[in-house]
Amino acid sequence: MKRFAALALALPLAAHAQMGADDARHLLNRAGFGAQPREIAAYAALPRSEAVERLLAGTGRTARTPPPEWVREAIVPPRELRQSTPEERKAFQAQEIRRGFDLRTWWLEEMLATPSPLTERMTLFWHNHFVSSQQKVRYTKLMYEQNVLLRRHALGSFGELLHAVAKDPAMVIYLDSASNRKGKPNENFAREVMELFTLGEGQYTEADVREAARAFTGWSIDPDSGGFRWRPALHDEGTKTVLGRSGNFDGDAVLDILLARPRTAEFVVAKLWREFVSPEPDPAEVQRIARKFQLSHYASKVALRELFLAPAFWAPENRGALIKSPVDLVVGTLHALDFQVGDPLPLALVVAQLGQNLFAPPNVKGWPGGEAWINSSTLLARKGFAERIFRADEMPTVAMGELRRRGTDGDLARMKGFGRMGEEGRSRFVRALYEIQFDPQRWLGQFPGAVSHGDMERALLAREPVNAIPTDLPAREVIRRIALDPAYQLK
Amino acid sequence: MKRREFLQASAAAGVAILAPRFAAAQSALPEGYSRLLVLVELKGGNDGLNTVVPYADQAYYGLRPRIGIRRDDVLQLDGRTGLHPSLAPLMPLWQARELAVVQGVGYPSPNLSHFRSIEIWDTASRAEEYLSDGWLARAFAAAPVPKKFAADGVVVGASELGPLAGGGARAVALANTEQFLRQAKLAQPVQAQGNRALVHLLKVEADVVQAAAGLNGNRDFRTQFPQGPFGNAVRTAAQVVASDAGVAAVRITLNGFDTHQNQPGTHANLLRQLAEGLVALRAALQELGRWDSTLVVTYAEFGRRAQENGSNGTDHGTANAHFALGGRVKGGLYGEAPRLDRLEHGNLVHAVDFRSVYATVLERWWGVPATGPLGGRFAALDLVKV
Repeated sequence: MKRFAALALALPLAAHAQMGADDARHLLNRAGFGAQPREIAAYAALPRSEAVERLLAGTGRTARTPPPEWVREAIVPPRELRQSTPEERKAFQAQEIRRGFDLRTWWLEEMLATPSPLTERMTLFWHNHFVSSQQKVRYTKLMYEQNVLLRRHALGSFGELLHAVAKDPAMVIYLDSASNRKGKPNENFAREVMELFTLGEGQYTEADVREAARAFTGWSIDPDSGGFRWRPALHDEGTKTVLGRSGNFDGDAVLDILLARPRTAEFVVAKLWREFVSPEPDPAEVQRIARKFQLSHYASKVALRELFLAPAFWAPENRGALIKSPVDLVVGTLHALDFQVGDPLPLALVVAQLGQNLFAPPNVKGWPGGEAWINSSTLLARKGFAERIFRADEMPTVAMGELRRRGTDGDLARMKGFGRMGEEGRSRFVRALYEIQFDPQRWLGQFPGAVSHGDMERALLAREPVNAIPTDLPAREVIRRIALDPAYQLK
Repeated sequence: MKRREFLQASAAAGVAILAPRFAAAQSALPEGYSRLLVLVELKGGNDGLNTVVPYADQAYYGLRPRIGIRRDDVLQLDGRTGLHPSLAPLMPLWQARELAVVQGVGYPSPNLSHFRSIEIWDTASRAEEYLSDGWLARAFAAAPVPKKFAADGVVVGASELGPLAGGGARAVALANTEQFLRQAKLAQPVQAQGNRALVHLLKVEADVVQAAAGLNGNRDFRTQFPQGPFGNAVRTAAQVVASDAGVAAVRITLNGFDTHQNQPGTHANLLRQLAEGLVALRAALQELGRWDSTLVVTYAEFGRRAQENGSNGTDHGTANAHFALGGRVKGGLYGEAPRLDRLEHGNLVHAVDFRSVYATVLERWWGVPATGPLGGRFAALDLVKV
């Protein structure tokens, strides 16, 4: 920990000084996915505040990777689907499963290619906040459109995002808003919007839920287009009382009541803190940042700026305090080590195997994250992933063999979804696995001059390795051992 | 005692009588965790009504004109209850009184989402309560498994730890023992200081190392295990139990019970796999001399809708029938036959809280506290021989 101690002493100067490589790696790994040596070097020359401004200024509102063709097709109308034969329904399901793979592949490709990893990190953060799952929504296209919406607002206003996502068709289906009708309320959305999206548990009563559900009546899905539809005839026009305020509220009015509560800002900031700073938010800091957040009309950039510049973000005790999510680990490894990745399809299954099946969080609470990412099977799968990508040159025979043994005991065959990809999908999967290649010379070439083992560790680890790495090993082997070290799971 | 009387009696017994009884039970069970629990998850939500069939109830055939199991095909257990014909391999166990059938297992305010409902079952929570640790993990935290055991629990053929998740339980998930032992070579035991995250990582790694050290995975069984994933899972479970270092619990999973359409063929096939797998498990454990110290219990996120749907299948439902079997099980019918005349939103109303099944495991099988881990007092079922 020597290097951190030295840093801590230098802290008073840090505001204007160049932050150096350790800080740069810390910031880039926390705000994005794993950083490459040349990115670390570029940020190392900046003061912290300038580095943070550069990250925030570089965020985007749209993905660069072209989406799958089918996002432009009309969906099978829900009305038609309800009346379809079992065969038609089966064909629909198979199609949506294929599209689900397309969609995951598309997002992972964007995460790898984006000039602003922070944009994707925030899109993923909101995906895990405003949870919807393809398992219930079924229409992959609606999941795509929700993802587009989350990205558009990812670093914009949380308030605007809340209003927009509440009427997003995937959300309307996922939380049963469409079956919430005057006289026959469904409380699902009303409860979750308070418990999980804004206030947090214990900040409202059951009566608030019931009354809010009445206000949300009339929000529905068009049975022909699958788009959002307002049905005034199903809306309850009576007076509702929510959190002490009464009126003939509609859904938007209730969302505004929720946004007016300081508790909403605190709830979101605390969650951002756990995502970016440490597992245990500092209540005083959360309150300070939440006030600014709310005063800025919930500008997410304001909250992130405060979090990234908070002393706790840089504190030695919080370095390496977070466990990488599966996406962090997989995308971060491939990016940080400058892997060549062709078709990212296999990554979709790898992150699912590690416990983060994109577009299908386990339930409305989302992935719990933190320590819950790591159990014996996910830890061994993480190590297996690292092991596999560094012996990439042996891949064709191994993978083809596993493909042939599908259904018996190949590791691949056990990946969730592998069996449902179809022959063509499985061939594509194996080809794509082969295309994932690491070139140590290319990576080492990013450093200026000779590279020591210490340089490699510092570029890749948030703390020193748990298992000392012998000094007489070739670079590929050193990097492999770093990736297998328990410390590599931390950021 | 008949099943209904038993339930009423145990409900009436309540707090006052159960507590001293439990104290006695604890001293009466010196074996503790040397008794094995095998949980069998019927993933997707098994159709209890076509598994344990109320064949004398005309309402059953009214609700299921196309997919109902015909009276002539049912394997009769008594004058009104019978098993699906695919469960024929289990009939010798029924006759040997080693098979208990518990009907009407569920919970109040049932949730019909696979994900949420299995979370409720895994964590033994109330319907509106979110808990993070599995019920077995909590039980093992309250009454620890001996340190020399290879693991508290082993999950076979699934990556979710379910009832063994969190709570500091030493749980490992593996698909087959050889593969696990191969992969586990990537894990190393390390003593290291660090933050909470690192401590957790190293603990999990140490669990893997300890389990790998305690598991052998190369026992030759005379038992023929069925082909297919479930047969493989049963074989792996037997390998785990055959290892010298013990485990307290093993969880195996049979997938595919979400039978929304064309259920009859699929379901018959699944139940055949289940029955053949359980019979192979019994044979293998008898080879090991462990059948009398094993309790096998099935569970699932929910049963299915009483009425068949328009696709020759069934939608998500609520209360369900489950099995308990083992050399020390008191065979017979428990719980309450399905009340098809008293459906709520087309769904069965539960008669036995699923946490009563768990209490049976904890109090009657292992002799460990149940009230704390289950978040309340639930009457255990009297289905284990003393």
